[in-house]
Amino acid sequence: MDLVEFQGKQLFGRNGVPVPPTGTVCRTVDEIVAAAEQHLADGHGAVVVKAQVKTGGRGKAGGVKLASSVEEAREHAGSILGLDIKGHTVNVVYVEPASDIVEEYYLSVMHDRVGKGHLVICSREGGVDIEEVNRTNPDAVVKRTLTPTETAAGLSPDTAAEIVAAADLPAEVRAAAADLLVALFAAYRAEDATLAEINPLIRRPDDSVIALDAKVTLDGNAAFRHDGYAEWQIAGLEANSPLEAEAQEKGIQYVKLDGNVGVLGNGAGLVMATLDVVAQHGGRAADFLDVGGGASADAMAESLALVLKDPDVKSVFVNIFGGITRGEEVANGIIESTNRLGEFPQKLVVRLDGTNADEGRRLLDEAALPNVISAATMDEAASKAVALAAQA
Amino acid sequence: MSIFIDENTKVVVQGIGSQGTFHAKRNQAYGTKVVAGTHPKKGGTTWEELGLPVYATVKEAVEAEGVNTSMVMVPAPFTKDAIIEAYEAGVETIVTITEGVPVHDMTEVYDTVVRRGGVRLIGPNCPGVISPGKSNVGIIPADTTMPGNVGLVSRSGTLTYQIMHELAQAGIGISTCVGIGGDPVIGTQFQEVIQAFAEDPETHAIAFVGEIGGSEEQLAGEWIRDNIPDTPVVGYIAGFEAPPGKQMGHAGAIVKEGGPGGESAAEKKEILEGYGIAVAMNPSEAARLMIERLA
Repeated sequence: MDLVEFQGKQLFGRNGVPVPPTGTVCRTVDEIVAAAEQHLADGHGAVVVKAQVKTGGRGKAGGVKLASSVEEAREHAGSILGLDIKGHTVNVVYVEPASDIVEEYYLSVMHDRVGKGHLVICSREGGVDIEEVNRTNPDAVVKRTLTPTETAAGLSPDTAAEIVAAADLPAEVRAAAADLLVALFAAYRAEDATLAEINPLIRRPDDSVIALDAKVTLDGNAAFRHDGYAEWQIAGLEANSPLEAEAQEKGIQYVKLDGNVGVLGNGAGLVMATLDVVAQHGGRAADFLDVGGGASADAMAESLALVLKDPDVKSVFVNIFGGITRGEEVANGIIESTNRLGEFPQKLVVRLDGTNADEGRRLLDEAALPNVISAATMDEAASKAVALAAQA
Repeated sequence: MSIFIDENTKVVVQGIGSQGTFHAKRNQAYGTKVVAGTHPKKGGTTWEELGLPVYATVKEAVEAEGVNTSMVMVPAPFTKDAIIEAYEAGVETIVTITEGVPVHDMTEVYDTVVRRGGVRLIGPNCPGVISPGKSNVGIIPADTTMPGNVGLVSRSGTLTYQIMHELAQAGIGISTCVGIGGDPVIGTQFQEVIQAFAEDPETHAIAFVGEIGGSEEQLAGEWIRDNIPDTPVVGYIAGFEAPPGKQMGHAGAIVKEGGPGGESAAEKKEILEGYGIAVAMNPSEAARLMIERLA
């Protein structure tokens, strides 16, 4: 789960990572203007109006602007609200007192899949794309993979000091940067983050360092330790697809795609393969939906309803191979959901195999559902579903 | 022969709830030596559905029943502790089916269990391991396959069943099928399984099923080129149609945007083909390629 900047800063702040003076979260031009007025009246020389979207490249897209007057803030509010940044519409804006920047650095902690540990990256060159710095000037990027065992009691101050020194941060800021890194690492662990990135980490005129930006990704699997991450789920930050938002709410693994064949299956690998097979039969999948292991009739019904709700879906390929999900549960789910949904125009092409599949197929045959067509193989099912979508 | 599990495998089940019981019963019916279950509060009772003793700890099960393998089916919040318990009790092979384990938990498990050695951890978020005709530990539907000489290793469960099913229809059986799991941090990597297959006299050919994300498939491919260039190997990478930046169900199945590259299905296919490995575009083609190789 990705956080937007102001949420990342909130998370940093409560874990002792220094951030700029707290700003205001706004959703309308009036709110932005009022927030700017307030911060300017409080003695801040300027404010930054920042689009809150879950994607990078906000600055380049015109989503981050400095305002030293209320009029300027109003102008920026109009241009940023509703802006489309890489398919994300700006609904939420953060108005923050501007910070004086002497230098910009880069600092992050992320889960290291290859090294199976925690990767700390620090660079004297911040405020730019770190991958680019890594390509053009790899010596300027310091990387350390640390094991859970050596960081069981947190990142040691010595290791932090060694990293910021290796990155050649100026002597004046090293102590503060090392302290910040220790806090950043603690935040990453305590909050079950897989990424906690500060770009840029800025040096202020008084040689203090603060996180001017915050990019945080939390591990969805750890939500049970954090009240389901409910505190971070606020309106207006969803991905572009309302169906994805609905799926997330219901705990369904769903990704909206751009074709017209609805796809629903059990097991992420099988569903990915289903998308591939649909494409190889000349079609395009409208979605990726994994009903998961141990799917009950209820989960099946809910998933099918979600796929059918998508106006792009002209036919549906239900691809089930039984392991944890038993064939009769799948069949009951299909029967129950088609009954619940009443009449719908799309045809379902169902391929059912594996644990208790015979029983499932028997139930489906007995139900004689008008919208359901069965297929023996993945290829046959894909070809039927693609043809039906093309005819619709 | 076979790898990781065989007729001498004696299994304790950690997590004897409804799912654990359902699958343990199927494993038992298949002939797997399931010998006990554990539950912290039900030690000394009987696991009625299987007619087996329940112990409070894995250690007791090891001492009383000579258990050498554990099947972990406890809920995700308790998985880390369950794996560490099995490891400390001296279990040789730990097969973890549970999905949804936090990545920090698994990173810790990797450090405290796998790196220390002496234990084989499979999973988590995997369907388990089957050596047809001998033992089935996990949730793999055994009737999709039969004993044979193809070694199969995969990050996906149902996709593996699909391929076994198609091979079986062509009369081709399996020495062992290992589902290594779809999470970013797993106990056993592709390469380790393939190495084990290379050492198994009964495995004559290898099929492996990867996914988008990470680079484990490439490492395995490099090892195959350098060590077993004459063994028939067929691969499939799921997710040719997966858009970058989107997690496709499995926690590990994501092509990182602006990442290091090499994570998409097309890139993996190209790299693996560079190592001389036949890579299919879909699971049926993978089965067909294997059938051709063995003809």
